[in-house]
Amino acid sequence: MSIIKAEEVTFEYVRRDENGNVEGKNRAIDKISLDVKEGDFISILGANGSGKSTFAKHLNSILLPTEGTVWIDGMDSKDDDKLFTIRQTAGMVFQNPDNQIIGQVVEEDVAFGPENMGIPTEQIRERVDEALKTLGMMEFAKKSPNRLSGGQKQRVSIAGVLAMHPKCIVLDEPTAMLDPAGRKEVIRALRALNEVEKITIILITHYMEETIYSDKIFVMNKGKIMMEGSPREIFTHVEELEEYKLEVPKITLLAHELRKKGVDIPECILSDKELADALKKLV
Amino acid sequence: MPITADHLTYIYGGNKNLITTAVDDISVTIDDGQFIGLIGHTGSGKTTFLQLLSGLIKPESGTVLIDGEDIFARKFDLHSIRGKVGIVFQYPEHQLFEETVFKDVCYGPKNMGLEKEEIERRAKEALSLVGISEEVYTQSPFELSGGQKRRVAIAGVLSMNPKIMILDEPTAGLDPAGRKEILGLVEKLCREQKMTIILVSHSMDDVAEYADRILVINDGKLALDATPREVFNHKEELESYGLSLPQVTKAMVRLKESGIPVNTDAITVDEALTEILKVLKK
Repeated sequence: MSIIKAEEVTFEYVRRDENGNVEGKNRAIDKISLDVKEGDFISILGANGSGKSTFAKHLNSILLPTEGTVWIDGMDSKDDDKLFTIRQTAGMVFQNPDNQIIGQVVEEDVAFGPENMGIPTEQIRERVDEALKTLGMMEFAKKSPNRLSGGQKQRVSIAGVLAMHPKCIVLDEPTAMLDPAGRKEVIRALRALNEVEKITIILITHYMEETIYSDKIFVMNKGKIMMEGSPREIFTHVEELEEYKLEVPKITLLAHELRKKGVDIPECILSDKELADALKKLV
Repeated sequence: MPITADHLTYIYGGNKNLITTAVDDISVTIDDGQFIGLIGHTGSGKTTFLQLLSGLIKPESGTVLIDGEDIFARKFDLHSIRGKVGIVFQYPEHQLFEETVFKDVCYGPKNMGLEKEEIERRAKEALSLVGISEEVYTQSPFELSGGQKRRVAIAGVLSMNPKIMILDEPTAGLDPAGRKEILGLVEKLCREQKMTIILVSHSMDDVAEYADRILVINDGKLALDATPREVFNHKEELESYGLSLPQVTKAMVRLKESGIPVNTDAITVDEALTEILKVLKK
């Protein structure tokens, strides 16, 4: 079943001059249609300004399409009566953890979402503990978020969304501001949420190597979806990706260059392990 | 214009129970024209160190020497430092504010009290260095793309003619092409304009590719100071600091562990390519 379905979705920003008169329109998203299966790990790639974030904001009714329709778990994103259910179904995490954490204590911050949903107190306790445990942040429950590292803060943000029991979590460049350890922590947490909790993950990122475990990658350019497929299918197109201001993971590039030099290894290698296995046969 | 940190120490927090030594007795000299990569996990003290180097905050003890002059000495004019050390903060485009690109870049030199002609000459030179063409001069900086905005912000610092440029994660949030564009520009400033570059980055791949020398900061201390090749030879140590290896170095280690007799000191794709081809030929 599809958790997210978009049909011919277009979004236009209206440009206005100083007096508020309409000057023109910018089409940020241009007739996007896509289908995300429940339980999938999806990555969206695209240059700055390609419309990724604008599209992400359509997935929990922060923005509504100018034309076309988005369904979240079967609910039309324009359906005002369903707004709360939609936001609870698809949670969002943004780039800067400091802008998303509001509580003075980690567990208070995580409780904010379920509290707003009107969940009874004892259930909130349960949900908060469960979310913090899942993200490996239980030992920090009573700490101030200010004292945490970037990766830990971002895991608190994810726990806050998780405590609302979403079916789907949309993350807009969650690792852009993190150090290497923080990035690894966050990606590992997302993979666990996907594999163990079966939550659909939609990850927007500029780091190609974070997407190699996805079930599917969508590549956006100028508001349109240009490519759609498994990481192996996508990262075979080294030159086409460059055209869209993207790249392939460094390992894939290395393997691609080796093949060009006549080394007999399979096309589109994604990980260290695959490269080692392929080369072992040759030495 | 070498820049030296001499037993530099900085302590946060007046409350005795909450004291944090953010920079702990760092001594290092950076020579003219070097491309330095500065790495360390979030909270390691990198940013505080940069703020000390550029005279924005005063150390608890120790000092900074620029061209042999103690910048924290009473007789030193701290204003003059802006013409020597330029600093590009994270997300510098958030600091753009003027109506036009050209005015924004003129702001720094204008504050230095220069003549109008000199201000405009410098702004034009800085904009041409970062590859912003004249048609863009009269546009609002807010109408530009992310990469362009960032280049305009960098031009605003360049127009003050610094000899040393400090950049704090200048590629955060940019797409791969934007990252290459900014790093290519920084490399040009170093190699062609002979500027000293101090680049803070969370991308091991980027510092491996561009830096001549890497400084690793951990817990406020200078933990490693060596060439990229030597630094990335310390896998376990880097991991204990919350850092990692460049992707290709990681792959080379993996190859070696699987019994392929490669040298693991390759840090870029080209180096790894040469090394693997060499081993395959044997």
